[in-house]
Amino acid sequence: MLRAGPPRKRRAANSLFCYWNHNFRGLKNVADFEIPALKEYPVIPLIQVGSMAHSKPFVAKPDHQDAVGFPHELVDNWEEKAVKKLGELVQGSRALQVFLDACVKCGACTDKCHYYLGTSDPKNMPVARQDLLRQVYRRYYTFAGKYFPWLVGARDMDKEVLDDWYSYFHQCSQCRRCSVFCPYGIDTAEISMAAREVMDSVGLGQKYCNEILGKVYTIGNNLGLPEPALRNTLEGLEEEVKEDTGVDVRFPLDEKGADVLLVTPSADFFAEPHVDGLIGYGKVFHQAGISWTMSSYASEAGNFSMFIGSGANLKKTTRRIREAALDLGVKRLVVGECGHAWRVAYSFWNTLIGPFDFLDPKYPAPQHICEVTHDLIQRGALTLDKEANDHRIITFHDSCNVARASRMGNMPGGQFVIPREIIKSVANHFHDMAPDTIHESTYCCGGGGGLLTDDLIELRIKGALPRVEALKQVVDEHGVNFMAAICAICKSQFTKVIPYYDFPMEMIGSLHQLVSSAIQLKTKE
Amino acid sequence: MSALTITYALLFYAATAILAIGVFRKIFIYARTPAPLLIPTTPAPTTATGVVWRMFKEVTVFESLFKSNKWIWIFGWMFHLALFLVLLRHLRYFTEPVWTVVALVQPYGKYAAFAMVAGLLGLWARRFVVDRVRYITNLSDHLMLLLLLAIGVSGILMKFGIVGIVDPAHTDIVAVKAFFLGLMYFDWQPLPADTVLVIHLTLVAVLMIVFPVSKLLHAPGVFFSPSRNQVDSAREKRHVAGWTAAETPGSK
Ligand code: HEM
Ligand code: HEM
Ligand code: SF4
Ligand code: SF4
Repeated sequence: MLRAGPPRKRRAANSLFCYWNHNFRGLKNVADFEIPALKEYPVIPLIQVGSMAHSKPFVAKPDHQDAVGFPHELVDNWEEKAVKKLGELVQGSRALQVFLDACVKCGACTDKCHYYLGTSDPKNMPVARQDLLRQVYRRYYTFAGKYFPWLVGARDMDKEVLDDWYSYFHQCSQCRRCSVFCPYGIDTAEISMAAREVMDSVGLGQKYCNEILGKVYTIGNNLGLPEPALRNTLEGLEEEVKEDTGVDVRFPLDEKGADVLLVTPSADFFAEPHVDGLIGYGKVFHQAGISWTMSSYASEAGNFSMFIGSGANLKKTTRRIREAALDLGVKRLVVGECGHAWRVAYSFWNTLIGPFDFLDPKYPAPQHICEVTHDLIQRGALTLDKEANDHRIITFHDSCNVARASRMGNMPGGQFVIPREIIKSVANHFHDMAPDTIHESTYCCGGGGGLLTDDLIELRIKGALPRVEALKQVVDEHGVNFMAAICAICKSQFTKVIPYYDFPMEMIGSLHQLVSSAIQLKTKE
Repeated sequence: MSALTITYALLFYAATAILAIGVFRKIFIYARTPAPLLIPTTPAPTTATGVVWRMFKEVTVFESLFKSNKWIWIFGWMFHLALFLVLLRHLRYFTEPVWTVVALVQPYGKYAAFAMVAGLLGLWARRFVVDRVRYITNLSDHLMLLLLLAIGVSGILMKFGIVGIVDPAHTDIVAVKAFFLGLMYFDWQPLPADTVLVIHLTLVAVLMIVFPVSKLLHAPGVFFSPSRNQVDSAREKRHVAGWTAAETPGSK
């Protein structure tokens, strides 16, 4: 049951709202850098000092800065203010406090970052990235750094340091792979977030993240998709599914009294292949007879406030979700396929916008769409035809933030089991990639953490190398032709970059796209 | 009372005070600093008991390091285990009567010194041989290894050194013990004036003094690492602290 290509409406919108997805089919930039060769066996490269020093994202303009509440441009005395802000952040975070002190420079993390593996730039080794911040912290806030800076590599805050920060803290996708392998769990993501917050606070913001946050505040989602357009799109989807299946599957918006509020990354409304996932959610709810709705006010699960480490913005963005849930009177909160969005929802929502005492206590709050689907499959509530996916040989990409910063189900590691069980219930051919590239050791897609922007395309292509190498192995060994993902960023990033490695972008799909293909709607009508 | 005895008595009081106050101060800061959001590296235990087990594995067998890099693990674990045995063995200078465990490890403990030195040499070699590790190494990282090596080697020289080369006789460890017990009970006894012993003790004092201002803070720090010590219970239990507990958004 394959759909016959996207309808016109969808494709036109795709080029209008290109924040999530820059896949203009057929367009492959001629790169002015070398695409890394895919090796048979992963090799740890020798360091090449400064090889990515030129990589810098566009700087936020004054109106982007306004939206997130930061100064327009580099303020006077920024050195002093940056140091002061850093001190405040460390004082307010046990993680920073411990991480900045505890590193013994053992080197265990040096070969764990996909950006190091893909670029060979030593400042992309997690410990070296941390040191960019640690050198300043030591200089101003530790005994050794104050009196013996040369001994411990401490440095004054100056323009050169700031340039390094801007460059290399935007070469970290905050994927936490380093944190898994560090003997003290030092999480470079936390350091990157802090550095970005410090830079924002002195007026040096990143355009991509800050502009997107502005759209969330004014319009409700990262795409800047207003309510009428959203409604129109969803109606389009209803028609499309009707055409394909002959069944009236609804994609409701702002319907008061629904049981479930689905909050999903706005890419799901438009981008390819995300939208096939959304269709899948709709079919699941439909067949299970669950009444659900989306909200135009809280039409974004993604949350770039985390990427810029801004507590103020995290509070402000997530509050919209609580407001929408209360306003619509729903009983459950369900989150669509997205990695960092699920981290924010799973790990932070209860803290930021809880308690969820107004929701039905029978269900976890929030719940991942995969948990919902998995539950329904277990209970036999879905009619699935595995053969519908027989043309696909499938592998699964664990999204970094789902794998290492959240959970599904009620046992540790459920986030690995549940998606795979779903795939195995809807398809016959599934092969995992190499064990050291999946589960908690999964490699980031290379576009997470606020880096999914064309001004960082070189970084994105190179950073995808370890994942693509693992993919190539299962393609060669098992003929894999479909990599399912559960993250809007992963899907956008892969469709954009794997063509550079000579894989077709159609290989990338949503997990719920597989569910969508297998689900037999008519049987239960 | 000799000048040497007085100097070293004062030195060890000072070093002990710096070590104790410095480390407790840090522990106090770690404990007091809020952890505003839940950030355990998952999959993480869902119960407090589970976290204790996770932490136990981290500090006894360096579980994450084992997953990460076998060479660092071998050298690092060898060094730390040996250090542990050496320190356990040293407790005999500070206890009377000597505890049974301490007495039991004496015969094995003395060979631990060699394992400790070997581990340190392996770790140090990595700082020269592996280009990535060379890149992240500061002078202080070299000096820390040098310091520990020098302590280990001077200890070995006392224990196994051929008597007569540096000092005329084997270190009078009974007198050393008397000196340290004397410090503890404020009843000072003379310190033997052996060259190697004095070097050993000086270096040990340096180690104690730098402990609270150096990367050796990893020892207390590991227990406070939120990515390792938090329970994965975000949905079940509401967690607020620091700025997440504050009313006004982002008031940090
Ligand atoms: C709770 C106790 C401790 C734990 C869990 C612990 C754990 C670790 C781990 C996992 C490493 C990284 C791997 C390695 O290089 O060995 C390390 C490094 C190190 N530890 Fe410890 N440690 C502890 C106590 C100590 C103490 C008491 C000392 C010294 C007096 C010490 C000195 C060092 C040094 C110098 C390094 C760096 C080695 C290098 O330069 O490569 N550790 N520790
Ligand atoms: C105040 C503290 C210390 C005192 C009084 C002390 C004293 C001594 C003495 C007297 C010996 C010779 C043992 C013999 O000849 O039988 C020795 C050996 C040794 N010491 Fe220390 N030491 C101290 C701290 C340390 C520390 C912190 C380390 C390690 C970092 C260390 C490492 C060693 C080693 C490896 C040996 C040789 C093997 C052994 O006898 O266990 N010592 N120490
Ligand atoms: S693994 Fe951890 S302690 Fe070792 S160098 Fe990396 S950050 Fe530092
Ligand atoms: S969080 Fe991920 S991207 Fe950032 S340094 Fe660690 S491994 Fe690299």
